[in-house]
Amino acid sequence: MSDMEETPGPSEAIQGAETPEGHGMAPRRVIGTPPPAPRLLGEPGDAEAAAHGGAETAAHGGGAVALAEHGEEKLPVESDYPQHAKNAEKIVVFCFLLAFLAGCGFIAAYVGLGVHTVDKVFRSNLALGLSLSVALFALGLGALIWVRHLMPDVEMTEERHEMRSAGPERAAFEEYFKEAAATSQFVRRPMVRRTLMLATLPLAAIPIVVLRDTGPQPGTSLRHTVWSPGRRLLVYGTNQPLTAAQFSAPGSMITIVPDGYQDDPDALAKATVILIRFQPGVLQVPTVYNGGTLISTMNWTVDNIVAYSKICTHVGCPVALYEQTTHHILCPCHQSTFQAAEGARVIFGPAPRPLPQLPLTTDAQGYLVAKSDFTQPVGPSFWERG
Amino acid sequence: MSDDVNVPGALTGVGGWLDDRFHGARGLRVFMRKVFPDHWSFMLGEIALWSFVILLLTGTFLSLFFVPSMSEVVYHGSYVKLDGIRMSQAYQSTLNISFDIRGGLLMRQIHHWAADLFMASLTIHMLRVFFTGAYRKPREVNWLIGIGLFSLGLLEGLFGYSLPDDQLSGAGLRIFEGVLQGIPIVGTYLAFFLFGGPFPGNLIVPRMYIIHVLLIPGLILALIAAHLFIMVHQKHTQMPAKGNTEKNVVGQPFFPYFMAKGGAWFFFIFAALAILATFAEINPIWLYGPYSPVAISSASQPDFYMGILEGSLRVMPAWEWNFLGHTVSFSVLIPFALPLTIILGGATLWPFFEQWATGDRAFHNVLDRPRNAPVRTGVGVAAVTFYGILWAEGANDVLADKLQIPLYTITWIARVLVIIGPLIAYFVTRRVCLGLQRKDAELVEHGLETGIIRQLPDGEFIEVHRPMTEEELGILEAKKVPALMPAPGSEDENGVPSPRSQGAMGWARGVSNRAFAETIVVETNGHGHGNGHGDGAGEVAGEEHAAIGSGGEHGSGDGADDS
Repeated sequence: MSDMEETPGPSEAIQGAETPEGHGMAPRRVIGTPPPAPRLLGEPGDAEAAAHGGAETAAHGGGAVALAEHGEEKLPVESDYPQHAKNAEKIVVFCFLLAFLAGCGFIAAYVGLGVHTVDKVFRSNLALGLSLSVALFALGLGALIWVRHLMPDVEMTEERHEMRSAGPERAAFEEYFKEAAATSQFVRRPMVRRTLMLATLPLAAIPIVVLRDTGPQPGTSLRHTVWSPGRRLLVYGTNQPLTAAQFSAPGSMITIVPDGYQDDPDALAKATVILIRFQPGVLQVPTVYNGGTLISTMNWTVDNIVAYSKICTHVGCPVALYEQTTHHILCPCHQSTFQAAEGARVIFGPAPRPLPQLPLTTDAQGYLVAKSDFTQPVGPSFWERG
Repeated sequence: MSDDVNVPGALTGVGGWLDDRFHGARGLRVFMRKVFPDHWSFMLGEIALWSFVILLLTGTFLSLFFVPSMSEVVYHGSYVKLDGIRMSQAYQSTLNISFDIRGGLLMRQIHHWAADLFMASLTIHMLRVFFTGAYRKPREVNWLIGIGLFSLGLLEGLFGYSLPDDQLSGAGLRIFEGVLQGIPIVGTYLAFFLFGGPFPGNLIVPRMYIIHVLLIPGLILALIAAHLFIMVHQKHTQMPAKGNTEKNVVGQPFFPYFMAKGGAWFFFIFAALAILATFAEINPIWLYGPYSPVAISSASQPDFYMGILEGSLRVMPAWEWNFLGHTVSFSVLIPFALPLTIILGGATLWPFFEQWATGDRAFHNVLDRPRNAPVRTGVGVAAVTFYGILWAEGANDVLADKLQIPLYTITWIARVLVIIGPLIAYFVTRRVCLGLQRKDAELVEHGLETGIIRQLPDGEFIEVHRPMTEEELGILEAKKVPALMPAPGSEDENGVPSPRSQGAMGWARGVSNRAFAETIVVETNGHGHGNGHGDGAGEVAGEEHAAIGSGGEHGSGDGADDS
């Protein structure tokens, strides 16, 4: 059943093809004639046959000749329009030379042009990019003109074979499959089958189970921020505490970070706050309960200064835009709009809840501090929020 | 023919050596002679393929210098405007790639442009496959692989542009995290496990990195290999033309034609990306600054392929349920899940729906012209409209600014259009398709109007029509229309009602089937009656009516057809 018995191995084939008289010797050649063209796959027997002329090559039965005899069209060798092809050849050569030069230009620009400052980087980028573009484009153009204007325009037709296997093939497949399945005893011994399946179950679950330690359980961490009674409000950027008097200009909005956490991204992602001062009488924060949670009240303001969470209740972008005249706070991500003068209630967009209000008071030095943490979770909704 | 080619000695040795060991001569010969049909639209998928190759090349270069770490450092590098700023190592190394590595900025920009081109060409390639019906039997599996590639490409792109940890991509990640949290029951845990704790943590960049450079590219590579193997094995589809049949493939052999053309196309695409990377700045992260959860820049836009998700988040009204101590945020959940489910889920089911509705189980190797499949084309244009409206809404702030229309008005227009736009698109497209079919029918019957007016001896003026050439008829007459199934409740000659036509499913199938079967009949034997008539349009319209009417009792047609 081995291959060796059915077909001669490669070495045997080569030996068989070699002519007895020329064994181990170079074929004789008349001086002044070109050497015989070597075969692509380099079998010595074939090379010799080629030297003896076309008819004998065919008789030796090289694969290509044998297949070509089965009515396959041969590709033409001559270009369709020889004069046209001559011009095309010049253009192709020019393109490839250009690609060569541009490629050299890239290397020269790489070696010659430094970086490390913005101007130099842009200059280097221009030189490298331009030379690379020209090299690649010229290569592509050369190849395209080559195939379209040098190669003769042929159209070939190939038969499609039906994808579906023939009836006997399908039957033979089925027959052997059943045979082998029976031989394997898989069908006959159900306990083997079932215990095998049982054995794979926990193994299949392991890839999921071992992901458990990729992170801690959320617990109640989404319900709290680092704000605590007496924690000072720091101005984002300068990190300085703030008195009510210092924040006297009505209408503006500033960003506040909690003292002690000004460089902690995890804390800031929840605890960042916006501070807005209103003209007296404009701010009308209602006392609102939502599901038993107090979410905003006038008692949490100091001198018409109100603090809201900066984290949008939609998907958590910072609500960074404020329109003084209308008191609209706008989230730049998805345009949820909140009315700052009325407890940051939602007036447009996908955010489902007002921005939570941070209770404010002042400490002994007059600095603005938190009265407590937020009384409800800040930021986007989550399943356990309730 | 090989006698003319003097094969270099080095090649002959290697070729023989390999064939001795792998028996490749026969199979490779078949492959070299493999015929590939030619059409401009067949190059679209190739753009995606070559973009992916360029992504691998440039991505490998970038990975030599990128540091996937969120450890904080203080920057003292070449970009002096950020001197002394705290940032992650990921952001710092991206600055270094841009300003300190020669060619680094170019590679970054080629990589980013190539990612955009990959997704764009993938999308257009899928549209081509859809509108020409190339997904039909036997190519359904390749269609599904394509949908898988598109989905993986979305994720790969999102993770890729999030890696530099700049202000813009950090905002995108924050949105991603907020959306994850919104998933009922498991969402909070998913977010905590992915980010290794509360947002942003310090693990997300290294985790995204390994997914971006190993896991997803590996999957994409495997799927592309399968996609190409199946394409070669099943042979490419071809456009309808004279001589093109279901049983042949007409074109040029792989070696040398397709090989040279494919190579040229690779260099053109690479050149185009290099030109873009040279002159069109993309993702200048040094202008955005390092990520801080405190700040954001206005007009934050994701890369274009995420635009549909961004737009659906923006278009959704606030809608949330609180019950039994739990929160379900539909204003996050619906935008996240619904549009992509409609488009990708719909695309997944479509080939099987079409088979069910048409009863067509045949092999299709010759493509349909879109006009000849009005329902498919209509549904496709409806899907494009749906996608396009959400995509445009993703830039509603930019549109409001440029068009000077109030922001909320734009969102309201989008809210209405996203519902009725696809319906209008479907009906209009179907009418346009039937109109084009009618034009084709006229061309086949009466020939082409030449613009030459002739006066007959009795004084009548007629326009000379040129009969269609064989080539033109080859295209025009390639139309195939699905067969009409028995109408619901109808009986065969023995008085037995068709079991397939019963019940709600039978009714739905009948309705879809009649829609698919609607067509304009071409009178191929009608060449004789030519010029005298002058009212061709009305006549064809009558035939259309007859074609619909033959479907059974629901002769009135149009309105009842639409599923």
